[in-house]
Amino acid sequence: MKRVALYAAALGFTLFAGFPFYWMLITTFKQNRDLYVGASDLSHIPWIFNDPPTLEHVKLLFGQTDFPRWVLNTLLVVAAVVVITVAVAVPAGYSLARLAGRWGERLGMGIFFTYLIPPTLLFVPFARLVSVLGLQNSLGSLILIYPTMTIPFCTWLVMGFLRSVPWEIEEQAMIDGYSRLAVIVKVAPRLIVPGILTVIVFSFTLVMQEFVYALTFISSVDKMTVSLGVPIALVRGDVYHWGALMAAALFTSIPLAIVYNVFIDRFIQGFTMGAVKG
Amino acid sequence: MTSRRTLADREDVLGGVMLAPALAYVVLLVGVPFFLAIALSFSNATAGSLSFQWTGLGNYAAILGDPIFLRALQNSVVVTVATQVLVIILATAAAQVFRATFRGKRFARFVLLLPWAVPVSLAAIAWTWIFDSTFSVINWSLKATGLLHGWLYWLGDPALALLAIIIVQAWRIFPFATVIVLAGLSSIPQEIIEAAIVDGAGFWRRLFQIELPLLLPVVAVAVLFGVVYTATDLGVVYILTGGGPANTTHVLPTLAFQRGILGADLGQGAAIAVFLLPFLIVVAVAMLRLARRAEVGGAAR
Repeated sequence: MKRVALYAAALGFTLFAGFPFYWMLITTFKQNRDLYVGASDLSHIPWIFNDPPTLEHVKLLFGQTDFPRWVLNTLLVVAAVVVITVAVAVPAGYSLARLAGRWGERLGMGIFFTYLIPPTLLFVPFARLVSVLGLQNSLGSLILIYPTMTIPFCTWLVMGFLRSVPWEIEEQAMIDGYSRLAVIVKVAPRLIVPGILTVIVFSFTLVMQEFVYALTFISSVDKMTVSLGVPIALVRGDVYHWGALMAAALFTSIPLAIVYNVFIDRFIQGFTMGAVKG
Repeated sequence: MTSRRTLADREDVLGGVMLAPALAYVVLLVGVPFFLAIALSFSNATAGSLSFQWTGLGNYAAILGDPIFLRALQNSVVVTVATQVLVIILATAAAQVFRATFRGKRFARFVLLLPWAVPVSLAAIAWTWIFDSTFSVINWSLKATGLLHGWLYWLGDPALALLAIIIVQAWRIFPFATVIVLAGLSSIPQEIIEAAIVDGAGFWRRLFQIELPLLLPVVAVAVLFGVVYTATDLGVVYILTGGGPANTTHVLPTLAFQRGILGADLGQGAAIAVFLLPFLIVVAVAMLRLARRAEVGGAAR
């Protein structure tokens, strides 16, 4: 009896969480005449394929829309933001964890709190800043601004990560005659590799998901990222190409879902800020 | 050579150099814009020209007399609070399920994380299709099971549209909260639970008198992030309803965007966005308290 309740609850949560993705999946591969039957026609069951599945929406998405362009734009921004974030946040995290002494933690928390300042508060001044810099409607604006979201969280992640790495290895290197700088350049990078990986993954997911700044800065369709272009520019006038829209949502969700499943525990350590102790 | 060697060994110098770029980024591109956002709210700045004048409380007077703004403020509070209530219930229940072992758990966990992984804007467009006025699969299912006789215009009716927004926000945040609560559950020492079982405490009693009180700091973290994610979110409302019908479902971020960016009235947009600050201050203060408590708890150990 208890097992039945457990499975029923598990099924319930899975259905609630997963149903929109099932709906993306089935919409992506349905023929139009199967898709656009009013919901008041009770004899036509929308949950299943009433006609054979089709690839026409997928072909439309990749062949006749700007989706491939948006994927390229997104990857370009991802690459640039990852480079900036790693170059800035990893040394900062190391500095706070190993070099800053007692005030390191306080300062780290101060930096982390800026992660809580949302894009919807900052987009007004940024709109002005971006136009003063002449970056409006360019990917450069996103590359400049996105690190404001990745650096605070990633500095915090690296700092927390380093606290779980024993100090002895670096200490031994110093006893062996390395200068403090040589330890940082030659020994520390090897120790931080998993932390850097988390930083890369976090930056990647954040850039993939960001919508507000992209909506504020980018107006040309050919400069858009996936998360902006799909909901804004795949809608032509009042005509929604639901098949292609859902295909785009589905194909973007899959890599992110896989990444989240692998890295979930590391992200959680960052979010819970020591409120959870292992 | 000697001086170089000492420089390469000075931790304060090295620490400062390595921290400087991050500090510069945070101060110049978060700190300064943050105060600029507040300053702009006291000005008549527009997107068109760089010159502006101080207008004192003019923007605030204008929006506080504007029923659309007051409605947006109310919606922000309602959506944020209702979402967190739903999220707490869903997440604590889901955490109880997902701490158990059962067949297909890996797959269930993968699906559970999907709403958190998918970009907000893409989830919102999927829900727009689910709530479609003609093709809504929810309406079909309700009618097919005999629960609905009329018709629900999900995004065309102000009350239903607000409900739809709350459903989508809860859907997208509860997986994150579940994972956090699970992490908290796994950190409760097993001896405490076993001692309670030996003392004859049943499932509900263990849940309400032992686990939930111990989980409080963790649930609080989940709620605090949930508040930030809901109150400051623009994508869900912008895509789902665009603030409609007739400006009844605006929240602060969508209205700030409409007035500040689309309407090019930066001053008023900034003033509307400033009303997000109370949400954030409450969250920041609560987090600091939690962090201090964690610090004290860690020191006691």
